[in-house]
Amino acid sequence: MARIEFTPQLRRFTETPVVETGAATLREALEAAFAQNPRLRGYVLDDQAHLRANVVVFIDGRRSTDRVALADPLGPGSRVHVMQALSGG
Amino acid sequence: MSDRAWAATRKGLFELRRQSSGWSIANVGFLGEPVSAVLPPTASGRMLAALNLGHFGVKVHASDDGGATWQEVATPAYPAQPAQASGPAWTLVQVWSLAAQGDTVWAGTLPGGLFRSDDRGASWQLDEALWHQPGRAEWFGGGYDVPGIHSIEPHPARPGEMIVAVSCGGVWATRDGGATWAPKCKGLRAAYMPPEQAENPNVQDPHRVVRCPSAPESLWMQHHNGIWRSTDGAETWQEVTFAPLSSFGFAVAVHPADPQTAWFVPGVADQQRVPVDGALAVNRTCDGGRSFETLRAGLPQSACYDLVYRHGLAVAPDGRQLLMGSTTGSLWASGNGGDTWSTVSNHLPPVHAVRFG
Repeated sequence: MARIEFTPQLRRFTETPVVETGAATLREALEAAFAQNPRLRGYVLDDQAHLRANVVVFIDGRRSTDRVALADPLGPGSRVHVMQALSGG
Repeated sequence: MSDRAWAATRKGLFELRRQSSGWSIANVGFLGEPVSAVLPPTASGRMLAALNLGHFGVKVHASDDGGATWQEVATPAYPAQPAQASGPAWTLVQVWSLAAQGDTVWAGTLPGGLFRSDDRGASWQLDEALWHQPGRAEWFGGGYDVPGIHSIEPHPARPGEMIVAVSCGGVWATRDGGATWAPKCKGLRAAYMPPEQAENPNVQDPHRVVRCPSAPESLWMQHHNGIWRSTDGAETWQEVTFAPLSSFGFAVAVHPADPQTAWFVPGVADQQRVPVDGALAVNRTCDGGRSFETLRAGLPQSACYDLVYRHGLAVAPDGRQLLMGSTTGSLWASGNGGDTWSTVSNHLPPVHAVRFG
């Protein structure tokens, strides 16, 4: 099972479940998390369901590359971290 | 209400209270978060705050107890963008303005969509007619990379009639609740465009438009290229060609009971957006723009570089109380229509908007 976690920075706004999922792609894994907390979707994805410009996802320690389709493949033991991309002041 | 107000800032929402000693900060909410717009309590007591979280996007929160507690409500969302759509992405960048009439609420946004909520923020509907009108293709960013609606002025007596203003995209009016829209830019002039485009309604940059509540056909505009006034509900605009110091600025406020009286905060020019000679001043007309007084008492008169942005100047329903917040975090108050000012704070985060209520 892949495991997806969200930055603790999000906890001041909404619940961030740690999700174990059999998802084969990043988008499927995110959808599994959004099923547990629908509010989370708007914090991670924009109106067009693309990854927000200042959110970054790491899959097994490597930054995801597909910010539009979110089709990056996941393995059965993948670890997914959804983080904020440092920016601003 | 003239003894409570709100300052939406780069790092929180500040509740301001007026007592016999003057205005002071009573509470702060969303400390550390950018609050781009605030709507004071509507008829039913609901107030809204729009956040623009740096990483996680725009969020709208509602309070039914005057800002003591908040809960997140729906965020306006753009529909799926067709593959062939040109122009800016159909993605919410910021809520720039909030307005209400009764319990109907509107949100003016970047990149140019007007949203309406009839359920106090539980859901929002994009005004499709304005979004799809062909002129939008000519809109462009003014202050931000994408166009945005900063002024929303419903007619106080005629439901369904409303004027909105866009930087940069002109002034638009509807008489049928947003089903159809028409440009209302006759008389405006854009000096930043080539001559053949100067009167194009879709490229005008009204920095701010306000409507007099007691004389709704009277509107004032601080435009990128000067000050304009309308006395016929925005059908035509007349330029006010003489204002002391400069006619450049962002903010304008109109007296709630006297359409002849309005306040402006001049800056040097568009290429130098600071007070003239480092001395902050407010220009007030009481005769419809034929003459102005320049008001300085209590405002910093040397080495002052504060800029008062579009929503940084507000007048209370009594027409006497004024608040003015700057992008460098200063806040001033007047209790006599601007004749004299006192400092509320010089240490706030950058002030996006001040509102009474």
